[in-house]
Amino acid sequence: MISLAQIPIPLIKIVVGLLGILIFIGLNGLACVYLERKVAGHIQRRPGPFEVGPHGILQPIADAVKLVAKQMITPKGADPILYWSAPIISFAPAIVCFLPLPFGPSLQNISINIGLIMVLAFSSLNVLALCLGGWSSQNKWSLLGAARDIAQSVAYEIPLLLSMLPIVLLTGSLNLADITAYQGAWPWQWLVVKQPLAFIIFFVCIFAETNRAPFDLPEAESELTAGFHTEYAGMGFGLFFLAEYSYMVVGCALATILFLGGYQGPVAPGWWWFLIKVYGLLMVMIWVRWSFPRVRFDQLLNLTWKWFTPLILINILITALVVKLI
Amino acid sequence: MLDTTLDSLDLRGDFYTRNFQPHPSENRLILNMGPQHPSTHGVLRVILEIDGEYIVRAEPVLGYIHRMHERMAEVKRYEQYLPNLGRIDYLHALAWNWAYVGAVERLMGLEVPKRAEYIRVITCELNRISSHLLWWGAYLLDLGAFTPIMYAFADREIIMDILQRITGSRLTYCYYRFGGVSQDIDDKFIEQTKELCKYLRPRLKMYKDFVTDNIIFRKRVEGIGIIETEILRKYGATGPVLRGSGIAYDVRKTKPYSVYSEIEFDVPSYELEDAFGRYLVRMQEMEESLKIIEQCLEQLPAGDFILPKAPKRPKPPAGEVYFTVEGARGEIGVHLLSDGSAYPYRLKLRSPSFSNLSLFPEVVKGTLLADAVSILGSLDLVIPEIDR
Amino acid sequence: MSNYSKSQSIREGIWSLIVGLKITAKNFLKPTITVHYPRETVPTDKLEGYRGHIELVPKPKDPFTPKCIMCNLCATVCPSGCIKLVTVKEPIEEKSKSGTNTQEDKKTAKKKFKKKLVAFELNYNYCSLCGLCVQNCSVKSLRFSKDIYLAGYSKEEFEYDLLARLRAKAKVKSAKELPQKNSEG
Ligand code: SF4
Ligand code: SF4
Repeated sequence: MISLAQIPIPLIKIVVGLLGILIFIGLNGLACVYLERKVAGHIQRRPGPFEVGPHGILQPIADAVKLVAKQMITPKGADPILYWSAPIISFAPAIVCFLPLPFGPSLQNISINIGLIMVLAFSSLNVLALCLGGWSSQNKWSLLGAARDIAQSVAYEIPLLLSMLPIVLLTGSLNLADITAYQGAWPWQWLVVKQPLAFIIFFVCIFAETNRAPFDLPEAESELTAGFHTEYAGMGFGLFFLAEYSYMVVGCALATILFLGGYQGPVAPGWWWFLIKVYGLLMVMIWVRWSFPRVRFDQLLNLTWKWFTPLILINILITALVVKLI
Repeated sequence: MLDTTLDSLDLRGDFYTRNFQPHPSENRLILNMGPQHPSTHGVLRVILEIDGEYIVRAEPVLGYIHRMHERMAEVKRYEQYLPNLGRIDYLHALAWNWAYVGAVERLMGLEVPKRAEYIRVITCELNRISSHLLWWGAYLLDLGAFTPIMYAFADREIIMDILQRITGSRLTYCYYRFGGVSQDIDDKFIEQTKELCKYLRPRLKMYKDFVTDNIIFRKRVEGIGIIETEILRKYGATGPVLRGSGIAYDVRKTKPYSVYSEIEFDVPSYELEDAFGRYLVRMQEMEESLKIIEQCLEQLPAGDFILPKAPKRPKPPAGEVYFTVEGARGEIGVHLLSDGSAYPYRLKLRSPSFSNLSLFPEVVKGTLLADAVSILGSLDLVIPEIDR
Repeated sequence: MSNYSKSQSIREGIWSLIVGLKITAKNFLKPTITVHYPRETVPTDKLEGYRGHIELVPKPKDPFTPKCIMCNLCATVCPSGCIKLVTVKEPIEEKSKSGTNTQEDKKTAKKKFKKKLVAFELNYNYCSLCGLCVQNCSVKSLRFSKDIYLAGYSKEEFEYDLLARLRAKAKVKSAKELPQKNSEG
C-alpha cells in the first residue's frame, strides 16, 4: 500500500489543477452563456433571460440541468462509437489547454517551455472532433458542416500560428509565463503596442477557431440547420457547447497573455487582472457576433490566405529584422 | 430523366424522391432543403443536387401548405370570402384584400368614395412597409445576422399598433369592404401615422449604416443571384425582383388604380440584377411608401368611408373581371368569374411569389449553398401565397 | 489610381464594420422595450380598437337582455359558421294579448308564440375576427370585446355562451353598483 507521501508532488499538483480547471470550465460555461444571452438581449433591446432567478441569473443552471436530463439519441445508421466519442474528443483537449496558462504570478499548473505549442496543438484537436461528429451522424447537413470545418481550419490555422511568431521572436520564449513576465504592468508596455497587426489578425483568427460568428460556418444555422451538431441531443450537444465556450476562453486567454500583459496590471497584479482582460475580450467577441452577418467560406479563405498570411509574413520579417538589428 | 423500366421503378418515397436522382457516374449528393429548414421561411421544400457545396440542380416542391383558397371561394358567399384574403399573404394582407374587393367592385360597378380610396392607400402602404421590414429582418437572418430582425420587429410593432386601432387586427387584416373600408380613420390615426413617418426616416438611415453599408453584407449580396431580363420575362416575375433588374414595372404606375395617379412617387429600380439590387429596391420602396402616406394624409378629403348604398351581401351580375394591385412581392391579380349568384363561380388568384419562386432553379444553378440561401431570401417569398 | 481606390474601399469596409459595432453598442445602452407579460400588461391605449371575440350588446335599459332580435343573420353571414343561436318558442301570456293593439302585439298574437333566446353560442376556435357579423347585425346587438388575455387548456374552453356571459357581466356590474347606490341613498 502506498502512503500519501509516496505520491509524487507534481502528480498531486496536476490532479488538483485539473479539478480546479474543470470547475473553472464549468463555472465559466455558465457565466459565458449568461453573459452571451444578456448582451445579445440588450443589443436587441430585450432583457434576455429574466424568469429564473433575479434577472435570470439561474437560467444557465436550469439550461444545464435540462441538457443533462435529456435523452441521448443516436440517429439511425450513425456509427455509435464515433458519434459519441466526438463530443468527448471535442471537450477533453480543452482541459489540457488550460494547464500551461499562467492565471497569476504563481498560478500556473505546469510550467513547460513549450506551453504555447501545447495549447495550439490541443486546441487544434477540436477540428477532428467536429469532423468526426459531422461525419458519423449520418446526416447530410452535418456532413457539410464537417467539410466546412476542415476547410475553415485550413484557412485560419496558418495565420493564427504565424501571428504568434512575432511575439516569440520578441520574447525569445515559448513558455507563457516568460512571455507574460516580458511585458510590463502598464498598457504601453504590453506587446499589443509593438504588434498591433499581429494582435488583430490573431483575434480574428480566434473567431474562426472557435466557430463564432461571423465565421460560424460549420454550424451556420440558416444554411446548414445546425451544421455538425444537427443530430446531437442532450449532453452530446452540451459538451460541444461547453467546448466552444472553453475554446473561446482559451483563445481570449492566449490573446491576453501574448498581447495584453497577462496577469500584469497597473495596480496589484494578480489573477483578477487576467480574468478582467479575458472577459473583456469575450465581451468583444459576443458583441461582434451579434452585429455582423456571416461570411461565406470562400470569402474566409480569401481573407486569410490573400490578406492575413502575406501581411503577417511581412510583419514577421520586419520584427525579425528589428530584433536582429537592436 | 424519368426511367420507367420495371426494375428501376423504386416505389419508395414520393414522386420527387423517386425521380430526382443524381447523375450515377458523378459524386453528387441529393439534399432536401426544407420543408423544415430555417431559411425557407415556412414549408417550402427545395431539392438540391449538390457537388461539394455547388448546386447543380434545384427543384422547388410546392403544396405543403395548400389550403384550397380558390376552391373555398366557390363555396362561400362573396362577403364570406373576405377573411380568407388576409391569410393568403399574411405579410401584405391588405393588398390581397384590395385585389379581391376591387375585383368585386368592378364587377358590380361600385364607385368607391374618394376618402375610402385614400384610406386604402394609406393603410396598404403602411402594410407594405411592415412587410418590407419583416423581409429585411428575415433576410439578414438568412445571412447570419441576428440583430436586424429585432430592430425591424420593434418598428413593425408600431405600424401594427397603428393598423390595429383602425382595422382591429394585427396581421391578417380584413379591413376593406365592397365600396369602402369597414371603419373610418380618426385624428389620432392621422397623428400617429405622421409621427411614424417622422420616426421611420432616421431608422431607415440607421438600417443603411448598420446593414446596407456593411462590407460583409455587401460581399454576400453583390453579384449574387444575377437574374437576366430574359429569365424574368420567361417566368413572369414582378415586384422588386423585376425592379431589381432595372425594369421599372409597377402596377401603381403602369395601370394606376385607385388614387395612385394623383400621388407623386418614384418607382425605384436598379440595373444591378443581383440580390443587392433587389435589396436596394425594397429599402427605397419603404421611403417611397412614407412619401405616399404623407401626401395622402395631406390630401385626405372628407366624405364617406364606405359607399352608403353599398350592398353588404353582394350579388354581382354575371361577368368576368381581372383586377391587379401592386403587392409588396409583386403583381397580385384576382380573376373573378360570376354567374350572377351570391357565390363566385370561379376565382383565380395570381400570386407574385409563385412566379418569383419559379425562376429560382435557373438562377441558383452553379452557386454555393450559402448563396442559394441568399438568393432565396432576396426573392422575398411568402410560402402560403405560393401554395394558396 | 486603382490602387488608391482599392485602399479606399478597404478603409471604407473596415469603417463600415466599426459603424456596425457602434450602432449595436448604442442600442445596448438604450433601455429594453419588452413588456414583461405576467408582471406588466400592454398599456390600454395600445388596445384601442383591438378585436377580441364578439359579445352581445345589452339593451340600454335592461342590462340582462341583449338587443338581439334573433334574426339569425349573423349566423348565416359568418364565414366560419361559428355562431349558433339557440331559441325556444314560448307561448304568449294572456296579459300581453289583452294590452293595447301595437304592431308588435298583433304579430305575436297571430303566432301565439314568442321566440326566446336561451343561448347565443360562439365557437371562438373558428372565428376569424373578420367583423362581418358585427357589421351585418341590423340592431347593432354585437360588438367586439376587449378580452385579450385568453388562454386555456382545451378547445372547449373557447366555446362561449355569449348570453350567459352577458348576464354574468351584468350581475357583477349591478352587484357593484347596488352598494354604491345604497350608500348614496
Ligand atoms: S344579427 Fe344581430 S339581431 Fe340578428 S341574430 Fe345576430 S345578434 Fe341577433
Ligand atoms: S367575427 Fe367573423 S368569423 Fe367571427 S363570429 Fe363574426 S362573422 Fe364569424
